[in-house]
Amino acid sequence: MMKSIRDGFGEALVELGEKNPDVVALTADLADSTRVKGFADKFPDRFFQVGVAEQGLVTIAAGMAEAGKIPFASTYAVFSPGRTWEQIKVTAAINNVPVKIVGAHAGFGASMYGATHESLEDIALMRVIPNMVVISPCDYEEAKKATMAAGLNGKPTYLRLSRHDSPVLTKPEDSFEVGKANVLHEDKNPKVTIVGTGPILSEALYAAKELEEGGVGVVVINLHTIKPIDEQTLVRFAKITGAVVTVEEHQVIGGMGSAVAEVLAKNFPVPIEFIGVRDSFGESSKTPDELWKKFGLKKENIIEAAKKVILRKSSQ
Amino acid sequence: MDKINLEKIANQVRKDIIELIYKAGSGHPGGSLSSVEVLVSLYFGIMGERDKFFLSDGHVCPALYSVMAEKGLIAKEKLSTYTELGSELQGHPERTKLKGIMNTSGPLGLGLAQAAGYAVFAKDAYVYCMTSDGEHDEGNHWEAVNFAAKYKLSNLIQFVDRNRVQIEGTIEEIMPLGNLKEKYEAADWNVIEINGHDFEEIDAAVEKAKSDKSSPTVIIANTTFGKGVSYMENNPDWHAKAPNEEEYKKAMEGLV
Repeated sequence: MMKSIRDGFGEALVELGEKNPDVVALTADLADSTRVKGFADKFPDRFFQVGVAEQGLVTIAAGMAEAGKIPFASTYAVFSPGRTWEQIKVTAAINNVPVKIVGAHAGFGASMYGATHESLEDIALMRVIPNMVVISPCDYEEAKKATMAAGLNGKPTYLRLSRHDSPVLTKPEDSFEVGKANVLHEDKNPKVTIVGTGPILSEALYAAKELEEGGVGVVVINLHTIKPIDEQTLVRFAKITGAVVTVEEHQVIGGMGSAVAEVLAKNFPVPIEFIGVRDSFGESSKTPDELWKKFGLKKENIIEAAKKVILRKSSQ
Repeated sequence: MDKINLEKIANQVRKDIIELIYKAGSGHPGGSLSSVEVLVSLYFGIMGERDKFFLSDGHVCPALYSVMAEKGLIAKEKLSTYTELGSELQGHPERTKLKGIMNTSGPLGLGLAQAAGYAVFAKDAYVYCMTSDGEHDEGNHWEAVNFAAKYKLSNLIQFVDRNRVQIEGTIEEIMPLGNLKEKYEAADWNVIEINGHDFEEIDAAVEKAKSDKSSPTVIIANTTFGKGVSYMENNPDWHAKAPNEEEYKKAMEGLV
């Protein structure tokens, strides 16, 4: 089944608004495409259209949070946190107020618009800031849970959302806890751990299936929370498999894979291969999938990386 | 409070500012000294219990800290800890470190937006914000100007400390603001222009601002950069410089 992460966010935001009267939403002229329009229609008095003004978006939201509200400030990730990094640092994070930065069309989500609109740096930008929580849901169902959890966690939080319909990988009844990674797939005798975040996890699951058909057992971890990071689960499977591949629709430099490497280098060093964009900008394409292919984020690339990292393990 | 008492407090605040910056060996005296009367007016008379104050140009915190100390919101002996490791009185004010302030500030252009966001949900109170004229270079500030007008935040009252100096020179040299009054009028703000060192004019402007029930108000407070210390007045060199011992003594002598 294919559904979009942004729709999960939009639907959950309405539900959250019903549950908690302090939840408010702001957008920078992108209510429809970031899916806050449902909230805006339902709660017009709690919705604020700030115009094409991302810096204002974040800092006005911070003022609302200082007044006890739970503001969701949404626009494309390239603009916020892209343009608003220092505003987020100062007015959300140093102030330590629960502003929710909603970065839509993250990764190659806006592929048709080219490199300027493709957000491949936002995880790095957000995870480096103290106090920030960084959540990157992998599908429609998880986006709903992530939105609810972000709304109620009392902390400045970045919610990374992608645009397109993508496979629904999780079930409504699956547990979701901020900071606790979920195991999406676990072979009885795994040789490699694949850690992914966001909808690119579908490629990780395809890769796992094919690897297991070839006799290589795999664990697939859904690292939906990049900060705080689930050290325990990462170390546990690093110990079991001794080899890790990280997969993200983001720059390798500073991204989710880097965060995993920081944890494992300190606690239990194992060989790691990194699937992600390698220090280059994106470009236009009709669909994100073409860019996943071009930049080496597909099933085939993950399988190759898995075989390579297993070889590295055995040659140690 | 009567004018004579306010003037006494303002003079003491100026002494505290010089003392604090001299002892710390760092700080921003020019803007701190120009903003004294507005801050004293806010804390000693204008602000009611529910009202809030957002300082946007956080580098003038020596003035804020000194006024808060005069008001008893900060213990006086703490003033000397300004910029010390572990102090509540950070080099730029921090919301989570100093009780009683609304926002972290220092990076310019961010204060009015937070005050405006707050004002949306504080309709039973007045939300005051002080900005500098220098920070009117920042785009973020003007985004908040539009927002406040659109949402008719008549409970938002902004003071611009119009001292006509920024870091590297005068406003006219570095980035002229043109006709600030007309800019705000064009943005549908209620605009009042005053002498920012005159307590009666400050009070009257706030009363007038409160009578406008449909628009936010900006009070352009024309001030003298470095006010009260002869050699600092209108001299951009004193944007971010601590006086040496001789200069310190000279400043204090002029403030008795």
